[in-house]
Amino acid sequence: MGEKSYRAAPADTLRIEALGELTAIFDRRSMQTHLVVAPMPEILAAMDEGIHTAATIAGRLATDFELEAEGEAVPVIIERLAELAAMGLVAEA
Amino acid sequence: MRHSTRISVGPVRFRVGSDWREPVAALERLYASYPQDDARPADATVRLFAARPWRRWLRPSVHIGGDFVVPDALPLPLAMGLLAAEMGMNLQVALGWRRHMLLHASAVARDGRAVIMSGESGSGKSTLAALLGEGDWRLMGDEFTLIEPASGDALAFPRAVSLKNEAIAEMAGRVDAARLGPLLAGTPKGDIRHLIPRPEAVAAMHEPARPALLLFPRFGGEVAIEPMGEGEAFVRLTEASTNYIALGEPGFAALTRLVRETPAFGISYPDSAAGMALVEQLWAEAAQ
Repeated sequence: MGEKSYRAAPADTLRIEALGELTAIFDRRSMQTHLVVAPMPEILAAMDEGIHTAATIAGRLATDFELEAEGEAVPVIIERLAELAAMGLVAEA
Repeated sequence: MRHSTRISVGPVRFRVGSDWREPVAALERLYASYPQDDARPADATVRLFAARPWRRWLRPSVHIGGDFVVPDALPLPLAMGLLAAEMGMNLQVALGWRRHMLLHASAVARDGRAVIMSGESGSGKSTLAALLGEGDWRLMGDEFTLIEPASGDALAFPRAVSLKNEAIAEMAGRVDAARLGPLLAGTPKGDIRHLIPRPEAVAAMHEPARPALLLFPRFGGEVAIEPMGEGEAFVRLTEASTNYIALGEPGFAALTRLVRETPAFGISYPDSAAGMALVEQLWAEAAQ
């Protein structure tokens, strides 16, 4: 399966507020509120401007969270990125 | 409309018009002590009109109309005109209000701080607020609480309390009969009787209160207190708000702030006395 690439939402379009175990995200474009749990906020935080793949994000999360066996994280991040794209919070590049 | 009146409840000013005198007369009696501001135009209009002009005489029934039309608002018999007016006022606020975030919640206040109680119909939130309002709490509202987006303050909406079924007897034994409206028996919501809030609560209806406790009552079962996380309180209050989506980002900001700054608990209680004791207990703990 070819790995997809994603782009973060433009700066200032998302308002992200951590509420305990849940994170509420307000999308100023759609006016929708999304409620997500880990690792969604972490994935969004790891995406700066530019093009990302699950592997590059896994690499960043590994550094930030001292994740061991970052390769195992990749399939999970692929799924989560697809879900974030379905919510409109990231876009396929 | 042949008969009409104007009523101010909290920040909302209503004009209620009716083809019949009785509902308007009943409303004027319930809201006689409320502050009037005749210079101000109405924010919302409720119209109770005859389904067909000739039906006014043949078989009277009341339809609710106004700035917003809700197709499933049931036509009610004329005797239920007062209930129809109440439903119309609720609908107007629930659907039309944009200045504040509207929570389907009751509230009471003490020393400028509010306990906000959110729950489904039957959770006991209205009865609990009404009973607390007869003690040393100020009743802010039995059905709706408004949150001011900029300040985060709670604003009162002390409409006449809508007592239902068992709550009618529970209240009737405690208050002066002059504060009770006519018994509306056998409505689609069961028996209903309105209670005029205490004069202090009406006089203070424009005074904001700082949210201090968020409670999610559940009537029935053993006494229980469950601390609730910010995320769950947020989700429940988006469901309890009738205009959260319409408010956009100010609503999102107001709600995140409310759940962050206000401790939240789910409470279960077998009877009103136990429910009131739980509120007092959590209030005392929150004040520490």
